[in-house]
Amino acid sequence: MTLVPQAIILGILTGGVYALMASGLTLIFGVMQIINVGHGALVILGAYLSFALLRSLHIDPFLSLVVTMPAMFVLGVVMQVVFVRPLKGDREALSVLVTYALALGIEGLLGFFFTNNYQQLNAWYETASIRLFNFRIAYVYIFGFALCLAILGGIFWMLYRTTFGRAIRATMLNRTAAQLVGVDVDRVSALAFGVGVASAAAGGVVFGITNVFNPGSHYDLISRLLTIIVLGGLGSLRGAIVGAMVMLVTTDVTAVVISPVWSSFVFFVILVCVLVVRPQGLYGVTVRDRA
Amino acid sequence: MRRPVLTTVTSILTVSALGLTACGSTGGGKGATAQAGTPITIGVSVSLTGDFSGDGKALVQGYDLWAQDENAKGGLLGHKVTMKYVDDASSTQQVVTNYQNLITQDKVALVFGPFSSLLTIPASTVTNRFGYAFPEPAGGGPSVFTRGINSLFFVQPAAVEDNLVSFTQWVLSLPASQRPATAAYATEDDPFTQPQVDRARALLEAAGVKTLSYKVYPAEATDWTPLAQQVISANADVVILGTQEPDGVAFIKAFQQQQYNPKALIETAGPDQGADFSGKVGVANTAGVMVPAGWYASAKTSGNAKFVTEFTAKYGGAPGDISGDAAEAYSVGQVVDQAATKANSIANSALITALHNGTYQTVQGPMAFDATGKPNGATFLVQWQNGTPVPVYPAAAAIAQPLYPKPNFGS
Repeated sequence: MTLVPQAIILGILTGGVYALMASGLTLIFGVMQIINVGHGALVILGAYLSFALLRSLHIDPFLSLVVTMPAMFVLGVVMQVVFVRPLKGDREALSVLVTYALALGIEGLLGFFFTNNYQQLNAWYETASIRLFNFRIAYVYIFGFALCLAILGGIFWMLYRTTFGRAIRATMLNRTAAQLVGVDVDRVSALAFGVGVASAAAGGVVFGITNVFNPGSHYDLISRLLTIIVLGGLGSLRGAIVGAMVMLVTTDVTAVVISPVWSSFVFFVILVCVLVVRPQGLYGVTVRDRA
Repeated sequence: MRRPVLTTVTSILTVSALGLTACGSTGGGKGATAQAGTPITIGVSVSLTGDFSGDGKALVQGYDLWAQDENAKGGLLGHKVTMKYVDDASSTQQVVTNYQNLITQDKVALVFGPFSSLLTIPASTVTNRFGYAFPEPAGGGPSVFTRGINSLFFVQPAAVEDNLVSFTQWVLSLPASQRPATAAYATEDDPFTQPQVDRARALLEAAGVKTLSYKVYPAEATDWTPLAQQVISANADVVILGTQEPDGVAFIKAFQQQQYNPKALIETAGPDQGADFSGKVGVANTAGVMVPAGWYASAKTSGNAKFVTEFTAKYGGAPGDISGDAAEAYSVGQVVDQAATKANSIANSALITALHNGTYQTVQGPMAFDATGKPNGATFLVQWQNGTPVPVYPAAAAIAQPLYPKPNFGS
């Protein structure tokens, strides 16, 4: 039964990566009440940007984040200002259409520039491993988890220790009230969108090292990320982290104990049970309509 | 008013479950009954996006190269050929729509097949309904041939479930002192991969090779590490994996991470992708990895030297970089050209009759089809050696001896 502890550890480490990817998605929902179904495509875009830097300038994928995260932050701000801010009325429904269109656009551009062949980010730590008890863990999972802790820690610090973070939390709590007390919610929304997209770049690097990917990889990815934030609670950063851990540990343990075929089923049984008891998810809150 | 949490959750889950598939586009084309000497259009649904997009691109290369050669010699029975591709996004729904549109709206003269058994099965139902011949390069799972369709022709040397037979024959041909005693299996639940693995398992078990692990996983799985852990923990002599390229690469990387080196390792697909495969796993980690194949670059088969020369001139790279998918697609064109010549017609009914009779020469070697469109030949065993895939079994096709045990990864 050594497979079970292995599956739990791998689930937690991989869950950290998914938490990183889902954190941007839930942050964007929390601030703007929009469902960014293009988030998976942004993760893949982040992976491709690091791939381009690796291929052309031989920059280590993790090191490339120094370039790609700021670039993706700017891209996120521009996307929010140009495509999301103009949405009025039923923002949740309209945002699905707009961000899906953005995802298709990103997929098309990536296919044009990089072809639709599968790619992977290569680095020494993707196959090098360290012994832990009677099995080995690849360094990439450890580095990825450390990156997740660092970035999520940074986001928590920003939210709870800075004036900007207070403005974000105020906007998440009640957009109208935040405006009334002087918060520039348009500016906060744009910057929060940028932070969410920048975190997608970080998630994309680890995803790109541990998985082969092509421009169409975002379809599977966004399905998983949306499920994670629904389980954790829409708009809850803490929920995204716990939701990712639950999903990855559940599916990995089910794969080794029962069968991989049952992995998704078991996870969705857990999801449905949670939603029956707590429709708002594990850490979601039910609040008065903010409109 | 309470915030409609359930509504939001439901809408998100619905979006998630739908999977968000993309659609291809269609355009104009020629009628199905072309006048003598007039140009014709051949329609193909290919996976330019989605899981099979790498293979889809290779099919396009093979089809395009055949069309170029065909037009250079005057066309298909005098008809200049134009290829029309529409993207199916690797979707079983979209591939049906695509062939319906190609036949009813674009009125293409002929259709060629898509990638994978998964897409070929629904596609062939449509093409058969309209009476079109359906030569196809990549749909050879058992279920392709059991639906009473007589217009489909699988243009590879052997049916898919027989792909690993050459591997099992090689394993069982080893001296008793070296012969593997145990095996571990893992496969996608895909009509291309699972039948191969199941047949190999049956043959090896019948010969006394003990099964230590057998796992089937969903084709849509994205996290293969726990599966690899199970294979590793079995510590079998031989590992047989029913993979496509992404999981084929992932398993090898997981084996490297765990420093696991089976005596023999074969994957149903992935290692057949030439430089695309070695680029991902690293050339030093390819040594000894095996894959079944119906074609290799230096084969002395009909038109192969010309195909390889033209392919590398047109698309670049070395002969060893050419994907087997491209050769299979090229073979489809070769078969149709010979059938049209034999029937002296490009009418679909005439082509169907011709293809059910006789033997056709292709870059994959000679092939003939039974009443269900199944080929009657055999594949051979290819092994990566010194950074290049080379045929190693059977002896008649081999240009090198198999490396056994497989060299350790990185050596």
